[in-house]
Amino acid sequence: MSYNLKENLMREERLAGGHRMCAGCGSPIAIRTVLRQLEPGDKAVVTGATSCMEVSTFMYPYTAWKESFIHNAFENAAATCSGVETAYRALKKQGKLDDTYKFIAFGGDGGTYDIGFQSLSGAMERGHDMVYVCYDNEAYMNTGIQRSSSTPRFADTTTTPQGSVIPGKIQNKKDLTKIMVAHGIPYVAQTTFIGNFKDICEKAHKAIYTPGAAFLNVMAPCPRGWRYPSEDMMKVCKAAVETCVWPLFEVVEGKYYLSYEPKNKLPVEEYLKMQGRFAHMFKPGNEWMIEAFQQEVDRRWENLLALCNL
Amino acid sequence: MGIRERLSGNEAVAYAMKQINPDVMGAYPITPSTEIPQYFSSYVDNGEVDTEFIPVESEHSAMSTCIGAEAAGCRAISATSSCGLIYMAEMLYVAASDRLPITLAVSCRALSGPININNDHSDAMSVRDAGWLMLFAETNQEAYDNYLQAMRIGEAVGLPIMICQDGFITSHAIENIELVETEKVREFVGEYKPEGGLLKAPMAVGAYATPAFYMEAKRQQAQAMMDAKEVIKKVGAEFGAMTGRTYGLIEKYEMDDAEEAIVIIGSSAGTAKEAIKELRAQGRKVGMIKVRSFRPFPSEEIVEALKGVKAFAVMDKDDSFNGHCGPMYAEVAASLYAAGVSGPKGISYIYGLGGRDVRVESIQHVFADLKEIAETGNIGETYRYLDVRE
Amino acid sequence: MSYKKASEINEKIGWRDITPGCNIYEGGTSVTVETGDWRTMKPVINWDKCKQCLLCAPVCPDMSIPVTAEGKRGEFDYFFCKGCGICSKACPFGAIEMVKDEK
Repeated sequence: MSYNLKENLMREERLAGGHRMCAGCGSPIAIRTVLRQLEPGDKAVVTGATSCMEVSTFMYPYTAWKESFIHNAFENAAATCSGVETAYRALKKQGKLDDTYKFIAFGGDGGTYDIGFQSLSGAMERGHDMVYVCYDNEAYMNTGIQRSSSTPRFADTTTTPQGSVIPGKIQNKKDLTKIMVAHGIPYVAQTTFIGNFKDICEKAHKAIYTPGAAFLNVMAPCPRGWRYPSEDMMKVCKAAVETCVWPLFEVVEGKYYLSYEPKNKLPVEEYLKMQGRFAHMFKPGNEWMIEAFQQEVDRRWENLLALCNL
Repeated sequence: MGIRERLSGNEAVAYAMKQINPDVMGAYPITPSTEIPQYFSSYVDNGEVDTEFIPVESEHSAMSTCIGAEAAGCRAISATSSCGLIYMAEMLYVAASDRLPITLAVSCRALSGPININNDHSDAMSVRDAGWLMLFAETNQEAYDNYLQAMRIGEAVGLPIMICQDGFITSHAIENIELVETEKVREFVGEYKPEGGLLKAPMAVGAYATPAFYMEAKRQQAQAMMDAKEVIKKVGAEFGAMTGRTYGLIEKYEMDDAEEAIVIIGSSAGTAKEAIKELRAQGRKVGMIKVRSFRPFPSEEIVEALKGVKAFAVMDKDDSFNGHCGPMYAEVAASLYAAGVSGPKGISYIYGLGGRDVRVESIQHVFADLKEIAETGNIGETYRYLDVRE
Repeated sequence: MSYKKASEINEKIGWRDITPGCNIYEGGTSVTVETGDWRTMKPVINWDKCKQCLLCAPVCPDMSIPVTAEGKRGEFDYFFCKGCGICSKACPFGAIEMVKDEK
């Protein structure tokens, strides 16, 4: 069935208001969008890694989750989710359960790229029928904007402050999506919030309904950490895609498909200039930083095009 | 009448698991508990149990999968040792505070470093404050019997439970054992019927509790641990009615008229019994308290048993590195003080670390120390290491 | 053990009445939490300009733009809306204006 925004929005909303995420936060947008792709009648158990999202959505006694939800710790959302999924199979096998459940884990980039990486890798390798969704906001926002392995090069964070000797983060962003592809799981995709949300909705639906393990990497901007006015979220996401800083693609059974190719690939400045975390890159004498950033984006983009046979 | 068999402690526990037929096992290999998931996965792969086995990539994930599965409404189990146990330590706290009655078999082993694969209680004792019920076994038979009682106890109070035995000493040694018929086991253990469950109806597990609620949650958890004492005794008595082997919180050995006593945990209690027999034959009034339940700690029972002795030693197969005593000594001393009992003179003995042999003579050496203390009233150094080369 | 509903749990109840493990045996209990009082700016819709394209609805982090069973967007839910303004920029027709929230 082809995507239709109106029909999609008429589906059941599975995240409740009253959560305490910051105004303009990207993570609840990712969560409600992913959960909306559950087919009517299907239930879900959601697992949340410790994160802004987790402490804001289940502060006793208030849960924003209309589905069953389990938070365990920071580094083990994938393992915990795999335990719930296995319990489901056990009860199904014993004839003790009739309903259809889907299993979705959410973690931030810290809980996914870094501390939860082993747990994630294990769960994906074991092939549990689950989706792991990383809402990637490129730093440890819950503890106050510290760098993670997802933070882009040069970004100014509280543990990579742009100083007189070291200009922000030294290393490039880890390419987690490709690492997940290397697990040989049936579905991996990278997406964000664009236009009528067709890209993220379709990918989330595929991720949930592809049998076996699936991984979805959603760029979910954090206005506080990235330092842009909260109302500009959609502009930031669009710039990330149009500059190819965050390309949209999916990998189905190991085969790469490019979801969107910009007609005119914009220079990275168009993305960087919107965000305070990159402001120092625009100071006189720092032109080399923008050049280096552009080179890395180009290198990865060319590599992706080659993988997609384009 | 039960079934006579010859099994190692690990196989006995694996066999108990098979008889219970739990829903989910998440486990990771580590010496000396590895055999438990090995035996169990052969039951799974041969269709002898309904259990789903999750071969996780670490002990941390083993406990994480158990937490997920138990919260979903299943019986979840695991097995581990040593570094594996403390690698899952963070999750042990969560399992207890989430009030999930997971069952964990522990074949106790020393902690690194230096790395050592042999038995002591450093692993279990290092997680003694994680909020788990902890039962210790002297023999393979007790490891098996304790395992059969574990879920009844844990599920009654809503706390996870560790069934500990001594790595290699019982886990790998083959002993005669009496097994309970599987139908009787299933009837005794019963079905797991939790109040809620992630797969039952919408629920949320793992809240962020502000200071307004955290302390109340902990107070409630503390109550469950206190309530467990009666449950352990009740289940132990019921088990006795079924098998003839009755269990309590402690086992007293030759304590009725004892003037000198040791307090001990695990397989060394067997060695101590031999030592006591020999000393009794010489006319010495010596006895032993074997602690079966370390969590909850049988404070009143130990005070009651020790209050009449002249001198006692608490044997810790691990050290607190607090500069003055082992962990069980601290608990025994606190129990006596709280009960206003100050007569008996007590020393702390650290023994058997990293597989150091515990011989009959070792225990007799301790009783020789106690005799001197009892006779002279001079307690001397209270923090002692047994059988260590000077 | 106590299996109270979230609506019965407050900072005055004693330890015996806390749900075990602080687990909550129902979903979506946060709906009683007003987050609208965080707001400094407030979105206001000009229905004359609104073309019901619905591009504002999926971008809301706070489920404050309801879509009816007929597929039309409704009035803002100011009980939850934190005033982030994403919807106002997502609207291609300039139908959503951010104004100072006078409380």
